[in-house]
Amino acid sequence: MSLTPEEVKKIAFLARLAIKEESIEQYSEDLSGILHLVDQMDAANVEDIEPMAHPQDAMQRLRKDEVTEINQREKLMENAPATENGLFLVPKVLD
Amino acid sequence: MEWETVIGLEIHAQLSTKSKLFSGSSIEYGQEPNTQANVVDLAMPGVLPVLNAEAVRMAAMFGLAIGAPIGRGNVFARKNYFYPDLPQGYQISQFDKPIVELGHIDITLEDGETKRVGVTRAHLEQDAGKSLHEDFAGMTGIDLNRSGTPLLEIVSEPDMRSAKEAVAYMKKIHELVQYLGINDGNLQEGSFRCDANVSVRPKGQEEFGTRAELKNINSFKFVERAINIEVERQIDLIEDGGSVVQETRLYDPDKNETRSMRSKEEANDYRYFPDPDLLPIEITDEFLEEVRKTLPELPGVKFKRFVEEYDLSEYDAGVLTANIATADYFESVAKSADAKLAANWITGELSSHLNKEDLSINDSPVNAAMLTGLIKRIEDKTISGKIAKQVFEAMWNAEGGTDESAADKVIDAKGLKQITDSGAIESIIDEIIANNPAQVEQFQSGKDKVFGFFVGQVMKASQGKANPAQVNQMLKDKLST
Repeated sequence: MSLTPEEVKKIAFLARLAIKEESIEQYSEDLSGILHLVDQMDAANVEDIEPMAHPQDAMQRLRKDEVTEINQREKLMENAPATENGLFLVPKVLD
Repeated sequence: MEWETVIGLEIHAQLSTKSKLFSGSSIEYGQEPNTQANVVDLAMPGVLPVLNAEAVRMAAMFGLAIGAPIGRGNVFARKNYFYPDLPQGYQISQFDKPIVELGHIDITLEDGETKRVGVTRAHLEQDAGKSLHEDFAGMTGIDLNRSGTPLLEIVSEPDMRSAKEAVAYMKKIHELVQYLGINDGNLQEGSFRCDANVSVRPKGQEEFGTRAELKNINSFKFVERAINIEVERQIDLIEDGGSVVQETRLYDPDKNETRSMRSKEEANDYRYFPDPDLLPIEITDEFLEEVRKTLPELPGVKFKRFVEEYDLSEYDAGVLTANIATADYFESVAKSADAKLAANWITGELSSHLNKEDLSINDSPVNAAMLTGLIKRIEDKTISGKIAKQVFEAMWNAEGGTDESAADKVIDAKGLKQITDSGAIESIIDEIIANNPAQVEQFQSGKDKVFGFFVGQVMKASQGKANPAQVNQMLKDKLST
């Protein structure tokens, strides 16, 4: 299968990636190649096989419900480009 | 044309754990911003989620309570979308393999009928942080204390047919999660939130109409109003030749209207896939058996027991079992005092005092021990029901202390003990009869109504303390001779 330019644009939008108009064709080819690779798996006979949720055949380890973390706000905020009154600041969002 | 409303609810109940779903940060409400957000909650590169066992137990408990199968190998999935208060860029939720599968809950309608509502599923997921849109020099402030807080999203079947039914269902779930001790029921702080999917269709039509999703309607009152106003909007729209668009709408309680939030067609592509950072959750028979043992008595069962064991009316049993705190309060009183009096006092005097001051029963100045002490004095006729209200009022205002002896102390201090000494009552009656010859004559000439006047005078003269039954009997005897 081959992805249309519209599909490539949509995927880029959902991933919040800015792509150049002239690169769309290349992306389309590359992504279609990946899809083609995955499509080959459709040929395998998987009748009576339960799909796995994870490649590792193991179950989730659980953690006791305990508060183990202390306040490290000052440290964690050192990486933030903008903060105020203990809040991270981001470009204005409305919705 | 006649229209039928179809409603399904999505309830987000915050689980009453100590720590987050995937990290050891506290979930305590109302703390300084970003003081309860660690590297996992901030989605720093390289961190891994570690699942909270208690959240799994609470979800399983809910499933057992609604008679649902618990997903034996339920799976976490990533719901992908971008928003600044979701630092991961995806929400860890559950998709095709939720922890709680199809169950049901019975609601009671206004006419007393019972209706069964399907609960499609309930799944574990993490909450997002909070965006604060006040002006920070043209920027948005982000508080990630709530980021990663465990939620149980409870999704109903589209089984409700009116706003009233939707509210009845919401209340039922609200009551249940508190009974189970898995949610604190606090709508104001957002620990119990509700979205409603609302559509209309011509009566008799099988197919559902296009639905609108009403977001975050956080009180029982607003749920009812928001649904009703949305139903009206949709019917008007269709009758004017338009059609309903599938979208998210926000209810504005001030204007009592719903308005479109955004068209989600594009944004709605969440591209769910199993979270590779998390393995399936194992649910064993032994685990479920352990959870089942910890299930408390559920509201419906408690209701029936109250009716049978304490011989209460269905109405009283309904009021008393509406929340677990009230039920516990009642049982604490009824174990050593008369159950019917206890029911009357709790649903009457106590409730009205609590409502007036907007207090919950846990914060009542008159605790169960104090009410027990008071009811015992009514039972042994130390005081009449009327005087008891005075004693209650005094205890409410912190007189007499906070244990079972409070009523006795108030009765002693105020001299409210009932007069049952017939000699004392007789002398009051004699005096009243001597002072009111005209009324005596009226009574003896057949005007029975005057009897009430005498009772009133005697009670007044005794400051309400004379035993009313004795007063009646003795007055009758005296006046008819």
